[in-house]
Amino acid sequence: MSIARVAEPSGSLQEVKEWGLDREDLLQIYRNMLITRGVEERGHILYRQGKIPGSFYTGRGNEASSVGVAMAMGTDDVGTPLHRDMGVHITRGVEPWRILAQYMGRADGPTHGKDGNVHMADMNLGLVAMVSHLPAMLPVAVGCALAFRIREERRVAVAWSGEGAMARGDAHEGMNFAGVRQLPVVFICDNNQWAYSTPTHLEYAVEHLADRAAAYGFEGVVVDGTDVLAVYREAKRAIEKAREGGGPTLIENQTLRMEGHAVHDDAFYVPKELFERWAERDPIERYRTWLLDNADLTDEEEDEITGYVKKLLNDSLQRADESPQPDPSTLLDGVYATPEDLDTPHHK
Amino acid sequence: MSEKTYLQAISDGLREEMRRDKRVFVLGEDVGVYGGAFKVTLGFQEEFGPWRVLDMPLSETAIMGGATGAAMMGLRPVAEMQFADFVSCAWDHLVTVAAKQRWRAGTPVPIVLRLPSGGGFSGGPFHSQNPESSFAHIPGLKCVCPATPEDAKGLITAAIEDPNPVLFFEHKHLYRRIKGEVPDERYVTPIGKARIHAEGEDVTVITWGAMVYTAEEAAKAVDASVEIVDLRTIMPWDKQAVLDSARKTSKVLVLHEDTRTGGFGGEIAATIAEEAFEDLDAPVRRLAAPDCPVPFSPVLEKAYIPQVDDVVRALKELIEY
Repeated sequence: MSIARVAEPSGSLQEVKEWGLDREDLLQIYRNMLITRGVEERGHILYRQGKIPGSFYTGRGNEASSVGVAMAMGTDDVGTPLHRDMGVHITRGVEPWRILAQYMGRADGPTHGKDGNVHMADMNLGLVAMVSHLPAMLPVAVGCALAFRIREERRVAVAWSGEGAMARGDAHEGMNFAGVRQLPVVFICDNNQWAYSTPTHLEYAVEHLADRAAAYGFEGVVVDGTDVLAVYREAKRAIEKAREGGGPTLIENQTLRMEGHAVHDDAFYVPKELFERWAERDPIERYRTWLLDNADLTDEEEDEITGYVKKLLNDSLQRADESPQPDPSTLLDGVYATPEDLDTPHHK
Repeated sequence: MSEKTYLQAISDGLREEMRRDKRVFVLGEDVGVYGGAFKVTLGFQEEFGPWRVLDMPLSETAIMGGATGAAMMGLRPVAEMQFADFVSCAWDHLVTVAAKQRWRAGTPVPIVLRLPSGGGFSGGPFHSQNPESSFAHIPGLKCVCPATPEDAKGLITAAIEDPNPVLFFEHKHLYRRIKGEVPDERYVTPIGKARIHAEGEDVTVITWGAMVYTAEEAAKAVDASVEIVDLRTIMPWDKQAVLDSARKTSKVLVLHEDTRTGGFGGEIAATIAEEAFEDLDAPVRRLAAPDCPVPFSPVLEKAYIPQVDDVVRALKELIEY
């Protein structure tokens, strides 16, 4: 029996409007999901062209989860998205050409070639750069929320993890402390069913990971992570609850990782039928159908959006490819911060 | 000036920063109501309230990760590990997140981590360690190891002011044993500058923390003029002061309480060998704890931590070389 609440699927246009989404928001969600997938598809092209050193990771299948949550965040809220959450960066306003430059290790990527793939974030957009030790970002997000609570600001931190990361002690310590102090933080667990090659039955023994929330003294919610509007609604509820002093929520967005762990991995261990079944629930196609059925998405609107996304990504690809390689003389820059580095909006 | 214990000096420095800067807050296990296991933050919660002096669950990862997130949002956390030994549980957040964030993502992480360290009172393998060299090896972290009350106050102030993660190794054996004159006003002791604890001509001892006093006792027992250089901070460390003293006396003993292999003394000895070889009249000598965990029994612990007699022996060998 599920301890966590199982969220309803997304509703009618009228209901969606009541959650605060107008028509432009609805189209923006669609645009962001297409850009998210498009950036990662362009990344595959760059990888095949030999332009991406190291490996390459995508979040195909997670577009609804990442975009839906990010759309629910306020401008001053912050988050710690991971490598399946490209939609968060896109929705918060990171320019795609900089992401493609990051993939290629170029000077104009957010980390200027010092770190690779999705190990990047723009603090000016309220995003903290992830590390490979994924659950480590949970206590960091909790610390952001602690700062908001100490300063009595109406801001919320959003912590992302996968179901794999939930097995480590960091997740426990972060959620326990957040529960104890009722901090303004929302935990998003994208349960994509595979931690590299490890399936869920070898990762945890509860029915839903969101069931664990009860043990930390806050609410858990299970959401269909392919339903962007349901994700948005639950994230919005949780974020506003946290903002009002109601404490944390753990949201488990159920998805399937539609590619291997990274580009080198063909995911032979995932049953083919599972891929086929989840392909029918492709988050972008599913949302497009909802827009057609519920919001009278017109051909003109769709052409305008797909044309815009295509041009944006083609231009981005070109601009990223023109970005120079990093200068080796920058290698040691910033190992230690200087007092001037603290001259940011966050540190004033 | 007033006479203060080493512990009181740390406490005063921290309290003063909390009074003048609202961004500074303390988090750790038992730091609030109890005032900390060693009472460094005694009375702080009454003065600053429960949201600036946070009693944390037994969660070093949440303490360190929480401090990191709060620092990124503009606060100045001063986190306490109840004993330096427990920093192993916070390693990931220090080394993986805090140390690298400025370099790779442009985000400064101004945190201070207080680490009551060192042995000498049968704390055993888990309450006595000096893990500073492990962290000095991590680019992006700073490591501070004051020996005197005056430096303890000046360096805790510097650590809080610093825009980087700073590990503040406070030696437990000095807490109440060492007293000294401490200026009443606010001052900053620069991170990266050594202090000449005693001037000498014949032989140099490079050391830090509690070993400064062991060296001082040993110097009285040898018939030579011994210069004692108290490094004060080991990352960054004052290479120039070390080389100057090595060139002056031509004989150097590097002394530390941490274990020998991979201890920070090796870095110092190598640097002297590289840059002052022509000025030396004897090979650089290292004296450190042997490569084993810190023992519990007083007899065994005495055999482990370098004693005054050990330093005297090493100095005599160098003098006679």
